[in-house]
Amino acid sequence: MTALTTRVRGSLGSRARDGASRAVRSLGPLGVTAAALLVLVALVTLLAPVLAPYDPDQPDLFNALGGASAAHPLGGDALGRDVLSRLMWGARTTLSGPVLIICLSTVVGTTLAITAAWAGGKVDAIVSRLLDILFAVPGIVFALITVAVLGPGITGVVLGLAVAYTPYVARVVRSAALRERNLPYVAAAWVQGRSAFAICVRHLLPNLRPLIIAQSVSALGFAVIDLAAISFLGLGVQPPTSDWGLMVKSGLDSATRGQPLEALGAGLLIVLVVAAVIVLGDRLGQEEGGRR
Amino acid sequence: MSVHKLHTSDKAESHSADGALLSLRGLGLAVPAGKEWRPLVEEVDLSIGRGEAVGLVGESGSGKSMTARTVLGLTPPGARVTGEIVFDGTPVTGADQRALRALRTRRIAMIFQDPRAHINPVRTIGDFLTEAMIANLEVPAPEAAARAVRLLADVGITDGERRMRQYPHELSGGLLQRVMIASVLAVEPDLVLADEPTTALDVTTQSEVMAILDELRRERGMAMLLITHDLELAAATCDRLAVMYAGRIVETQPATALTSTPRHPYTSGLMLSRPSIDAVVHRLPVIPGRPLAAFEADDGCAFAPRCAHAQGLCHEGRPPVQELDGARVACVRAGELTLQGES
Repeated sequence: MTALTTRVRGSLGSRARDGASRAVRSLGPLGVTAAALLVLVALVTLLAPVLAPYDPDQPDLFNALGGASAAHPLGGDALGRDVLSRLMWGARTTLSGPVLIICLSTVVGTTLAITAAWAGGKVDAIVSRLLDILFAVPGIVFALITVAVLGPGITGVVLGLAVAYTPYVARVVRSAALRERNLPYVAAAWVQGRSAFAICVRHLLPNLRPLIIAQSVSALGFAVIDLAAISFLGLGVQPPTSDWGLMVKSGLDSATRGQPLEALGAGLLIVLVVAAVIVLGDRLGQEEGGRR
Repeated sequence: MSVHKLHTSDKAESHSADGALLSLRGLGLAVPAGKEWRPLVEEVDLSIGRGEAVGLVGESGSGKSMTARTVLGLTPPGARVTGEIVFDGTPVTGADQRALRALRTRRIAMIFQDPRAHINPVRTIGDFLTEAMIANLEVPAPEAAARAVRLLADVGITDGERRMRQYPHELSGGLLQRVMIASVLAVEPDLVLADEPTTALDVTTQSEVMAILDELRRERGMAMLLITHDLELAAATCDRLAVMYAGRIVETQPATALTSTPRHPYTSGLMLSRPSIDAVVHRLPVIPGRPLAAFEADDGCAFAPRCAHAQGLCHEGRPPVQELDGARVACVRAGELTLQGES
């Protein structure tokens, strides 16, 4: 069936199907499982208002530290809030933060990297040293600094981590952009009289895109962990907003009092999502490697 | 001026003193090597009239590609350019980036040896062809696409609509070089620099692609500088030929005159060392030794160590360029030698 679709890819429909089947083949069974899991999580995240059986912030003292039951499949937390509903709603804050961090750092990092690679010389030296300095400071420390300035909350943490993640993107993209800019097609475009900006945006960027995507997806996994860790420390997402990192922390108290489901559920979800993201990033990176 | 010019372009027709479209005067190119400069091209004098095709012939490393690339400012990093490049009456050497870019966008275009390396692999043929039209000539996108399909038809690609959606890897080398030619025609430049346009193609496609390039160029009255190591190909397509050796032009003559009566021993050697379908030889004559790069030559004539006619005078100073029956030749013995050309 795949051989046939490869041969007769005339119409648009079969071309799209061919693309999908090729994606499945290159991801492998583990990659497909990871992708499916992430799609499921994303769907639940988006549909939380519909799917969640209870209001996540509504305390119910009759359900405080309640075990699993038909009404509350994962029981209640210390205040009796439904753990399942809180996990569903919590996915929103837990996952939107890292996505924002990665978007910001990818845009800034890629811009810096391509500028440095294209301009070379002093510009490249300055950007590269700046990145080295950023590398020297751990991400969590950056987040602590911005939190100290902006006060606890998601905004400061996202900004801090975005700065911390920028050098990782920039370093990878810069070396690839350096290699790419010395290829003959760039000289050909230059001789055609295209501006430096047009060449960077219309020629370099499309060629670097697979690498940038693979890099971003891998970094997303680490951003989930970092953000959860900061929320666990109490500096990120503030109660009563539901967040997986926060739930691991409050769940620890509940666990000592006989209700382990809250911490277990949130912890397990973090592990699963991060593992899935990293597997997927790895597969995308391998595909990028094979393409070269 | 050439007889091949069929229609005049509507672009500015300002004439320089000698009427040449492009003239190189004493052009030199040197790259830094340690503390000194290593010359790649030296004292190149060459002019191309409107609509004229000039062949620049030479072996690998003789500096012919570098000469052409210097015109567009595609020099190696840190290189030093000396002499003068004048395009259509305006000096190009020392021109600012903006002026150079204007030249690149509309007046001079380049065809490269390896189309696969010089076309962005992740963008479609349509993108490649329309980009310059949309960005440089401000043609609206749909019109640019229609024009690109017509250009593809001109270069002998009939299913242009489909090709426009394809990626470079889906096309053969010959087709891709036709696409490259179409992209050059798209901006209707005054001058095409063709840097070994057929070297990367197999022999049968070579002649087809060359014929297409030559025909379309003549139709549109474009001048061409054809850079090649194939003397026969250059003689068949060009009005005038210049032969380069070790970074210098050793001989310039009209194509027919050069092949029948070469004036420089090196040209004669090149003519004799290629196979002919008329003569049966068991071993082709060769020029002994290996070609030198400009920086390897010692004080005398750079060709002297390999030349059968070299005498004492040949080793003393670079031979000056002299006029001889319409030929410009850099050989001190050119007047007294009778050299063998095409049989």
